[in-house]
Formats: sequence, structure tokens, C-alpha cells
Amino acid sequence: MVVSTQKQDASVNTVETIEREEITVRFCGDSGDGMQLAGTQLTSTSAIFGNDVCTFPDFPAEIRAPAGTLAGVSGFQLAFGSRKLHTPGDRVNAMIAMNPAALKANVADLEPGGILIVNSDAFTKSNLGKAGYEENPLDGVDLNRYKLFKIPINTLNAEACSDTGLTGRAVGRCKNFYALGLVYWLFGRPLEPTLRWIDQKFGAKPSVADANTKSLKAGYYMGETAELFPVRFLVSPAKLAPGKYRKLSGNEAIALGLVTAAHQAGKSLFYGSYPITPASDILHELARLRKYDVRTFQAEDEIAAMTSIIGAAFAGAFAVTGTSGPGVALKQEAISLAVMTELPMVIVNVQRGGPSTGLPTKTEQADLGQAISGRHGETPLCVLAACSPGDCFDMAIEAFRIATEFMTPVMLLTDGYIANGAEPWRIPDVSTLPKFEVKHPGPSAEFEPYKRNDKLARPWALPGTPQLEHRVGGLEKQDITGDVCYVPENHEHMIHLRRQKIDKIADAIPPLEVHGDQSGELLVLGWGSTYGAIESAMERCRARGMNVSNAHLRYLDPMPKNTEQVLKQFKQILVPEMNLGQLRQRLRAEYLVDVMGLNKVQGKPFTILEIEEKVADLLNGKPS
Amino acid sequence: MSTEAGMVQLTPKDFASDQEVRWCPGCGDYSILAQVKKVLASLGTPRENTVFVSGIGCSSRFPYYMNTYGFHSVHGRAPAVATGVKVANPELSVWVVTGDGDALSIGGNHLLHVIRRNVDVNILLFNNRIYGLTKGQYSPTSPIGRKTKSSPMGSIDFPLHPLSVAIGAEATFVARTIDVNVKHLSYVLDRAARHKGTSFVEIYQNCNIFNDGAFEYATGKDTKEDTAIYLEHNRPLVFGKDRDKGIQLNGMDPQVVSLGDGMTEDDLLFHDEKQAEPSLAYLLSRMHHPEFPEPMGVFRDIERSTYEDMLFDQISDAKKSSGPGKLEDMYDDGETWVVD
Repeated sequence: MVVSTQKQDASVNTVETIEREEITVRFCGDSGDGMQLAGTQLTSTSAIFGNDVCTFPDFPAEIRAPAGTLAGVSGFQLAFGSRKLHTPGDRVNAMIAMNPAALKANVADLEPGGILIVNSDAFTKSNLGKAGYEENPLDGVDLNRYKLFKIPINTLNAEACSDTGLTGRAVGRCKNFYALGLVYWLFGRPLEPTLRWIDQKFGAKPSVADANTKSLKAGYYMGETAELFPVRFLVSPAKLAPGKYRKLSGNEAIALGLVTAAHQAGKSLFYGSYPITPASDILHELARLRKYDVRTFQAEDEIAAMTSIIGAAFAGAFAVTGTSGPGVALKQEAISLAVMTELPMVIVNVQRGGPSTGLPTKTEQADLGQAISGRHGETPLCVLAACSPGDCFDMAIEAFRIATEFMTPVMLLTDGYIANGAEPWRIPDVSTLPKFEVKHPGPSAEFEPYKRNDKLARPWALPGTPQLEHRVGGLEKQDITGDVCYVPENHEHMIHLRRQKIDKIADAIPPLEVHGDQSGELLVLGWGSTYGAIESAMERCRARGMNVSNAHLRYLDPMPKNTEQVLKQFKQILVPEMNLGQLRQRLRAEYLVDVMGLNKVQGKPFTILEIEEKVADLLNGKPS
Repeated sequence: MSTEAGMVQLTPKDFASDQEVRWCPGCGDYSILAQVKKVLASLGTPRENTVFVSGIGCSSRFPYYMNTYGFHSVHGRAPAVATGVKVANPELSVWVVTGDGDALSIGGNHLLHVIRRNVDVNILLFNNRIYGLTKGQYSPTSPIGRKTKSSPMGSIDFPLHPLSVAIGAEATFVARTIDVNVKHLSYVLDRAARHKGTSFVEIYQNCNIFNDGAFEYATGKDTKEDTAIYLEHNRPLVFGKDRDKGIQLNGMDPQVVSLGDGMTEDDLLFHDEKQAEPSLAYLLSRMHHPEFPEPMGVFRDIERSTYEDMLFDQISDAKKSSGPGKLEDMYDDGETWVVD
């Protein structure tokens, strides 16, 4: 196929435009093919265009697995819509596959009749072999169920960049932008946001900027002139609440939330962390924010990260660590010390697939047990879970509010799905943000380190304050004085006090809110990142006339005070979670209610359909 | 007694907490506790600006006995806790008290990293070459062949030498002293306190219950002059009851020589604690009893930027170049758009 890459009069190519409420696109290719970047650019452009967006980057743990193999396939899925979106879409409407391995690993997720754009240049004998294809699928009938477009992207991209003076290898690196340009044309996206990005990113390397610009435009004009595509799709801007927006991932939101909390309290932020997937981006983000008095400390290991924040909290900073499941396991002994010393701090756990190294780049919710009771001894702390990328911002602030108000470590759970996923985020008006009042006792001869207030919180007395010199540590404390104490009754008393303090947090959090009827046949109860899929499934179920309600827990320990009352209003309760039933077990144990599980542990989030079908089955009397 | 500034001059007693000291009678820790209080009083650092951080073990009970701020933390992790304290409030004088097991076994990693970062903390490693609190197992500094409860046929672990480890980790201040030599102990503690950056002090400390007499050779009246050598900056390495022996370098190797017969002090190795290159300090740290008299005193004391100074420089540079951070700017970073 020979296609001109020169721009021609657009009038020669008149194609039909179809309006859609929502489109899901997936880019897939080798992990070196720039699929994450292409996806991110389409996300930003769509958000700036005014759509709601929801993303699902999906990449292998290996940075560069052998080129062309299934192990090295990297994907980026996003949905953009003219209405509020909660998930990146169950079925892909348009897929861009840059090589045979990417096609093989992804094509099953493309809807029948969906648009399939393949880089036909990559379908060489060698690549087909690496992907395990005996015959070239582009020549067979299997792909007939899709709208297949075979485009020699390598060749066309090289032609477009022939006069940039770059090497063939450097030009090859721009091919993701060629594909992106094509997608921009197909969905009527403006080129300007990406052109601006190219300018900023490669301003110092004009030839690279030039090549990327040429690739993007060539892809776009190819769509416009080649008369390949019979239709284009238009997705109008969504009716989002008025305000200023930006795109925000969960990890970015955590970072912004933490800085905001510290800023509102007039505190410095200390972030001690050891790099770990998928939490490292929080460290990267915070390390850039020195001018906000952010003190990042890349510790020598997970334990040092945790113990450094204990020291920083003792000395008066807003102290935080971020990690994932394996890191939390290493930190647990020190978290116990944080519980014993009753100092305020936040531990962010960006959950990933376990056990052991497990699936480092994939998502899971299997650390709830570890968060609530994964330590030695009776060691309660407050456990929160964010439910969406934007919610990570709010919950980071909430974590610090609770930590400082109740003098306790708080564990904030997110997971790989919402940590890497992004959505448009309405920038808050700073004057409306919660203010923190953090109090430290001043000099006093009467000071008692473990004398509690009505919330059972002990005073946060800072080194540097005369007369308040005191010692804390891991040995059992005498009530009120905080002296080391081995008296049996005192130990039991302190065990109860520490638990009661955490229970008291329930007085200071919002009640569990039920969407839909307040009582009835079925309640779907979620926690954490399943929010999006559940919310979308509920919309569809209710549109189909099903009697189903839903609620979402963001506070896991303690749970909202009305939780039991809510549960008892429904005949059936379904808890979808990406584990074998950790919340379900807890609800059953705590409230003696029968709870059913919908459990998926594949390293992938729930689809809307999976929840919708389960709800339909339950309401139709099918056994769970 | 008041000073000119009207501040109350503290005495060692002022640094004692109201807690009863619970080390075994005769433990070397008592002497160290007394000298630390004395040195702190003489330095004039306010009690409220002083923080003692420890891990787990006999020595790690130390903070409870000081009327300063204190943190008895997790086994081996005191250096990391101390780093958090110092970075959160660099105005504080931060001390780490640790033992041979706490610092070199379970906490080996943190010791290396606090030293290489040169966080301005003073680390006192009480080395008694045994596990005391767990009742008598061999430690990472126990000599090979040492019979203990967990090594009834003799330890088969080759020991670590704390000062060699610290120098290998690029320590900027390294010293050794001994519990019973109180004058020298307080001199070394004072030097450590005055050094900016990580100060690492190994203190030979007798555990009279599980390892009594481990350092007898260096403390015995009849032997100490021949088994220990007291380092002085820019001075030759001379030792012996009659100060008639010295250390000379033979190529890369130290050797013991007798003075006289044409051998003068000028022929001996001269100590230089300010040498940027740590080879001399390392060589000294490798001199062990009984082949050599063991060096006591300051092995190394050099200047280098501290971790927290560099961090706060970055913070103030960032504020200078783009103004103190406003939340609005942070939120607006990157591309934004407006929905009407």
C-alpha cells in the first residue's frame, strides 16, 4: 500500500461522523514502543478537550523484556466520554497493535466490529515466531470480525521523518506518535496539546521535536487523506462541574494531598521511602516539591523508611512513608512501635499482586488483612482506602487529620489500578480546604506524656520544648506517666485503651452512605478501587429496573458507626473485592451477617459487566 | 551557677532521669552514662535540645536514664530513627546509643547508611563482644573460637571490626575509647560531640556477667601501657610503660619497633586524623591485640557536608529560584483547562 503523507485538501475526503457517548481505546506494543506515552497524550488531549477520562496503564514488570515477545507487551487503555466515567471501559472500541505479540495478547478484549489498527511492518516472520503465530494473522480470517486496518507504520513514519537528519533508530522511536496522530484524526482530537508537549519536552533537541511533530501530523493527515476509514467518531465534551481542571493519577494525588495537609497545618512534610513498584511515583513527585519544604528521604530499605518517619514524627514533622505490600510486611515491626508510641504518621500502601514479589505491576486488594491485623500483638491502627485517583487527594488529607487528631499511625490503602490510573481533577479552591489545628504542649512542670484527652489522644510534645523532656519506646507504658511498666493489669488496660482510641475515630468520620433504596433485596458493598466498576454497574442495573443498592467503604478500621445498621437493611449483601474475601470475612465476623463475595484475583480490575451479571444472577435467584 | 548569658549552668546530675538504672552491678555502662552526663553538662547544650535514640539491647536502655528527650526504638534501627529526628529538626543534638549486636548484626545496614550520608549524629557503640540482654550468645564482634551458649564448641563466625566497618562506610569521625578510662572516655565524647557530621565512637565495655575481662589486656594495670596506644594528632605512635616502643611503617605494614639504637621518634609513624584519604585510619583500625597495641583515641576527624545541610540547601535554593511554594502553583503544574 502506498499512501501519501502530504497534506491534501480535506474536502477530497468527506467521511461520516458518528457521535458516541464514550470510546475506549487501547494502545499496545513492545515495552519500548512508547505505548504509555501515546496513551498519556491521548488522555491529556481528551481531558483538555473537555471529556471525562479514565485510564488503565498496564505494563510488564520487566523494563525491556526481549523485543517482540509476549512478555514484553505493554498496554495503555483509556476511555473518554461525554458523560461521567467511572472505569476505563470493559470492551475496547479501538485498538492499536504495534506488533504480533501485542495483537495476540490483547485482541480478545476488542469488541466484535471494533477498529483494529496494526503496524503491518512489524508482522515479520521473526516477530510472528516470537509471538507464537504459525501463520500471519493479517492474512487469515480470524480478524475478519474486526474492522482491520493494516498500516505500514514503520515505513510511513520513516518517510515522514526522512528530512529530519535523525538516524533510522531515532526516527523509529517516533512511530508511537504516528499511531497517535492517526487516532487523533479518527476521534477528532486537537493536535495542539501534544504539539505543546513536544515543544516543552524536546525544546532543547530541535531535530527530535521536529521528528515527533512530523510523525504526529503525518499520522493525522494519513487518516484524513487515505480514505481508509469510512467513519470518524465524535465524543463531545462532558458536562463536568465548572472549574479549573487538570489530569491527575492516584499517585500524584497522594503527593499533592500530603503536601496540602502539611501546608494547611504549617508543618514540614517528611517522606521516607524505599523505591518499590507501584508506589515510587509518589517519591518522584514529592522529590520535585522542595520549595514546599518537602523533605524526601530515600532510605536504604523499607525498615529504615518506616523508622525514619517514626523519628521525624517524634520531632514534629508530618511524617509519611509510601510502599507496597512486600514493603508493608517489612515495616510491620516498626509500625508496632508507632502504635506503642502513639505518634501521628501515615503509611501509604499502594497494593499490588502478591504473595511475595507476585505481580509487581498489577493491581490487587489483598493487603486488607495485613493492614488491619498484620502485626504482632494487639496492635490497632486506623485503616483508610481511597476509591479513585482523585479520592487519593482527599484521603491523604483525611489520613493526616485522623493521625494528628487521634495521635495514631494511619494506613492509607490504594492500589496499582488507581495509583497509575488518571482522571480529570477539579482543582480545589485553596480557601475551601480543611485547615489543620495541630497543637503541641508548651513548657509545663505538670507534663505527663501519656495523659489523654477526650479523644484518648496523648499530647504531641516536641523535642526542643523545655520541661517536657520525656522518653518513649517500645516497652509497655504505664498509663498517664508513660514510664516503662510491666504490671499485668496495666498492660491489659493499655491494650484496651489503644483499641478504644481507634474505635473512637468512628465518632469523627462520615456515616456509610447508601446509593439507591435504603433497604431492599441486595446491597453491593465495595471498598477501595472497585468503586468505579461497581458504580457503573449500578447505573446499568438500575436502568434495567433492578432493585439493587450500593455503598462504599473508605474507612476500614474503624468502619462507620452505621455499618451494621446498613447491612441489616438488606436481604443479600455482595462484596466484590480483588482478593479471596478479606472484607467479607471481616464483616461476617464483626456483624454476624451473611455476606457473599465476588472475588477476582487476576491482577486486573473488575469489569462493569462482571458485577452487573453477578447482581442479575443474585436477583434472579441463582445461587452465588 | 549562672553563666554570663543568664542561662543556668547544668551539672551532670541535671541530666539524670527519675528512673532507676537497671544495668547489672559492675556493668561498664555505668561509667559511660556518668561520662556522657558530664560531657553534656560541660558542653552547655540545653537538655530539651538533646535527643538520645537507641535500638534494643542492654546499652539501648540508655535513653531511659537521661533527662533529655529519648527514644528506645526497634532493634538495629536507631540510626534511621535518628535520621528522621535530625531531618525533621536539625537544631537538635542527636545521639545514638547502640551495641555490637544492635549496630553490626541486625542493624548493620542502617549503620552503614547513616555514616555514608554523614547525618550530624553522634553514635556510641558499646562493644562488649557478647549478647548480654539475651543472656550470652556470641556477637558479631566475638573472636573466632569464642565459646558461648550458642557456640559451645567455639564460634565459627569471623568477627567484624567496628572501626574498619565505619571507615569503609566513609565515616568522617571515628574514635575508640574504653569504659574504665574515664578521662579518655570524656575526652573522646567531647570530641565526638563537637564534630559536625556522623561521629562514630567504639567504646570497649566490659560485660561482667557474660564476657567478664574481655578487655582486661587493655585495662589491666600491668598490661595496659603495652597493649594500648593513645593516638595524638601530629604525634608519633609511641607506647609502653617507659614510652620506649613505637609503630613504624614497613611498606604498607605497621610494625612494632623499640626506640633507641638509632631509632628515634622521627622514624615512627605520625598520626594524622585530618587525612582526607582514610588509608591511615583504616590501617590503625586493623591493629589488634595481641600482635599490636590497640589504638585508642580519634582515628579520623575530617570535614564534609552533612546530609541535612545539603537537603536544606536544596530547599532554600528551590525557594529562592521560584519563591516559597503556594498550593495553587502546585495544583496548576502541567496543563490545566477550564470548564464553564
